[in-house]
Amino acid sequence: MKARLNIAVTGLNAIDSPGPGVPVIRCLREAASFECRITGLSYETLEPGIYMHELVDKTYQIPYPSAGTEALYERLAYIQSREQLDLVIPNFDAELFSFILLEKRLLEMGIHSFLPTREQFEARHKFNLADFGETHGLLVPESKTLFHAGELIEAEETFDFPFVVKGKFYDAGIAYNREQALTYFNKISGKWGLPIIIQKYIKGTEFNVAGLGDGKGNRIAAVPMRKQYITDKGKAWGGIVVEDERLLDLTDRFIGETKWRGAFELELMQGEDQELYIMEINPRIPAWIYLTAGVGQNIPEALTRLAMGESVKPFPTYTGGKMFIRYSWDMIVDHSEFQEISIRGEL
Amino acid sequence: MSTSDGIEKKRYERPVIRKLEGGVPGKFGARAAMTPLTHIDGLSVSGLIEQFGSPLFVISERSIRSTFRKAQAAFTTRYPRVQFAWSYKTNYLDAVCKIYHQEGSWAEVVSGFEYEKALRNGVPGKKIIFNGPDKTMDDLSLAIRNDSLIHIDHLDELYMLGGLAENLGIRPKVAIRVNMDTGVYPMWDRFGFNYENGQAWDALNKIMRSGKLELVGLHTHIGTFMLSPSAYAMAAYKLADLAIGLQQRYNHTVKYIDMGGGFASRNTLKGSYLPGQDVNPGFDDFAEAITSTLLNASFVNNELPLLILETGRALVDEAGYLLGTVIANKRTSQGKRTTIIDIGVNLLFTAFWYDHKISPAQSFTEYTEETTLYGPLCMNIDVIRDSANLPLLNKGDHLVIHHTGAYNLTQWMQFITLRPKVVLIDQEGKPHVIRDNEHMETLTGLEHTPAHLTSFEL
Amino acid sequence: MKIKSNIAISDSGLLFNPGSGESYSVNPTGAEIIRMIRENKTDHEIRDYFLAHYQTDTSTFEKDFHDFVQLLKQQLILDLSDESTT
Ligand SMILES: Cc1ncc(COP(=O)(O)O)c(C=O)c1O
Repeated sequence: MKARLNIAVTGLNAIDSPGPGVPVIRCLREAASFECRITGLSYETLEPGIYMHELVDKTYQIPYPSAGTEALYERLAYIQSREQLDLVIPNFDAELFSFILLEKRLLEMGIHSFLPTREQFEARHKFNLADFGETHGLLVPESKTLFHAGELIEAEETFDFPFVVKGKFYDAGIAYNREQALTYFNKISGKWGLPIIIQKYIKGTEFNVAGLGDGKGNRIAAVPMRKQYITDKGKAWGGIVVEDERLLDLTDRFIGETKWRGAFELELMQGEDQELYIMEINPRIPAWIYLTAGVGQNIPEALTRLAMGESVKPFPTYTGGKMFIRYSWDMIVDHSEFQEISIRGEL
Repeated sequence: MSTSDGIEKKRYERPVIRKLEGGVPGKFGARAAMTPLTHIDGLSVSGLIEQFGSPLFVISERSIRSTFRKAQAAFTTRYPRVQFAWSYKTNYLDAVCKIYHQEGSWAEVVSGFEYEKALRNGVPGKKIIFNGPDKTMDDLSLAIRNDSLIHIDHLDELYMLGGLAENLGIRPKVAIRVNMDTGVYPMWDRFGFNYENGQAWDALNKIMRSGKLELVGLHTHIGTFMLSPSAYAMAAYKLADLAIGLQQRYNHTVKYIDMGGGFASRNTLKGSYLPGQDVNPGFDDFAEAITSTLLNASFVNNELPLLILETGRALVDEAGYLLGTVIANKRTSQGKRTTIIDIGVNLLFTAFWYDHKISPAQSFTEYTEETTLYGPLCMNIDVIRDSANLPLLNKGDHLVIHHTGAYNLTQWMQFITLRPKVVLIDQEGKPHVIRDNEHMETLTGLEHTPAHLTSFEL
Repeated sequence: MKIKSNIAISDSGLLFNPGSGESYSVNPTGAEIIRMIRENKTDHEIRDYFLAHYQTDTSTFEKDFHDFVQLLKQQLILDLSDESTT
């Protein structure tokens, strides 16, 4: 008989800038090696996944990361007393840090997880990316961290226009001249504070790789994808798997160098010089993860098995020529369900 | 309380109605985040207020000692020679300083006033570190005669010390304060001598060549509420580099490297998304960065200098509580809930930097309201929290503001009313008033009214 | 004062106004007041009931009651058409 696992999943916001939760759950439901009960964890009452009862068996509200890990811990302890969770798969950037801090304590309650280490999580941060590239011999776009606008002018000596002006957390703009650079600097630093990061602008083709490392330097899974259609929020609405050994080689180097533990997404740019640059490293499963199950590498399934302590063999190949096309879907929900999750924090 | 027919009356909570919106966290988002703090080290908050008044600063001796021991262990388990020096400006109530001195801390002072306080507290002159840009001729002569460790901030001071040394016929023990780029913004380059542009070497050369001063150490203090251990690694590297340079150039070995203070406490900076309790590095992180750098430096004969730390806020913040009382509940013209408490920013200076954690001192239900907490001062800037999700507090309810031990009791201001008592709870759970509340005479006693202003008729 | 007739309030303190599609959460004190308004109790009766059963005083309760009723009006939960009867 197949094992039956109770898996908690966050990121149920299947909206136009979607969280990965719902696609992760679809992967888990299709897993060949186990059956599962899915416990949704939500922050907001209108996250669509809460109401998708064919995918999510029960949802609990959890406190925002800004409430601190103690609040999250207490809530998870309560949920654990009702649910007997085996595993949690957190999917939001903003919550990962808290789950990493709690990893050991959750395991003591019986809740497994398979997350990057705190060092890995921090090293790949936007403002550490340049150091990260240098340490691991990985190509990243040249960048510089600026603390005042005067430094922009010095930077012009090493950076040709156009270059990218980026905020600490969010926001970026491509500056074609000094005025634009200053405008972005002021606008973005006004909103997100200092420092500002400027980065060499790399023109080219964007590729993404969804992957899974076992924490010992081995690649368990990796599926490269090229975005075919991008929404005005910058999200892929369609993409196609690509078969390019260089993308896999780079992924192997990344995993080998960092001994990456857990799922990740590499955002890569192939420049006009044909070099592959790492633009960003997301320390979690991406929202287009269902494609990986569709081509024979069910990453959430493999991650689950790693988390539960099984040894997992790397996927040897994936099916080429497959695309994903996203769509949106209106559900009809009874108002009482909204009330239930709002008032009781459970549905 | 009971009614005439003997029915127990229920605890009253003001009626609230709150719109449910998608996107707004339900009560479960906030609930677990808050528990009442009814007792501090075994003493009830309402009892303390009843006995000593409201508002009231409370300091936990137990917390001071345990935090200090944690910090000390973080360093001494990694490095053989460590000395803490209590940074007086952080909290210079005598009782507080003496706890640190009992724990083995020297004193770090930045003014003649603080220097005298340290002497009065019984700290031997040679265990007082004298920092800061403003040391008068008198301050310096006293410090020289007491054999204190004088950390030079600028060249004018260096020359003044040279002159004094000659007059007094004593060789003062000195260090220079070094500022440097540690990758952290803002760079505190207004204090001391710059490392990168050669000012530091220039000062060191002057000291070594004059022979009038005994160079015993190197000092830096790279900033306050630092969140980056790597900045300390960089600073330690640069001071070690100067120390090794002195060995090579002058065959002179400094006795200590003083890394200053600046470790972040557990408070949450305004604008920070995650609570400081979770994200701010701890003593172990800072200790690892500093000591591993020093242990890896190539000191001649591998002679490790004494490592001095002037840690302030990270040692004492958590030990301080500020207790207060709700004066009134109101609404703004826009309908936003506001609550006025008897604690103003004149007492809680750090409210400008931190989103202080606030706990009600009595039990409450899970219902909360987004509330702006105002102090009692008649000034628009008197805001303790712009926005906090708080349970429904009644007039007269008590609340506790956490992590207020650093800088508030030295930077507080007397404004429109008198400052309250400070109570220390000792390790046995006994309260002691360690600073009295002010009286009218405390202030008017300092005033003098010219004779022609003594009388008037209205 | 009258609560609009189509407004439903559940045991768990959930209030739903089908007219506007808005939902609210109400604490037990609030729910009790709404229940009493619905039973056509006067302001005085409500106040006396609270003074008898809760640890509160006249001025605190009157202030809170007034504030609460204002909110009910703002949210169109109270029927304003018969304001004259209050
Ligand atoms: C020279 C010096 N040492 C130590 C400190 C204590 O710093 P902190 O409270 O940030 O640890 C300060 C504070 O400004 C300082 O100026």
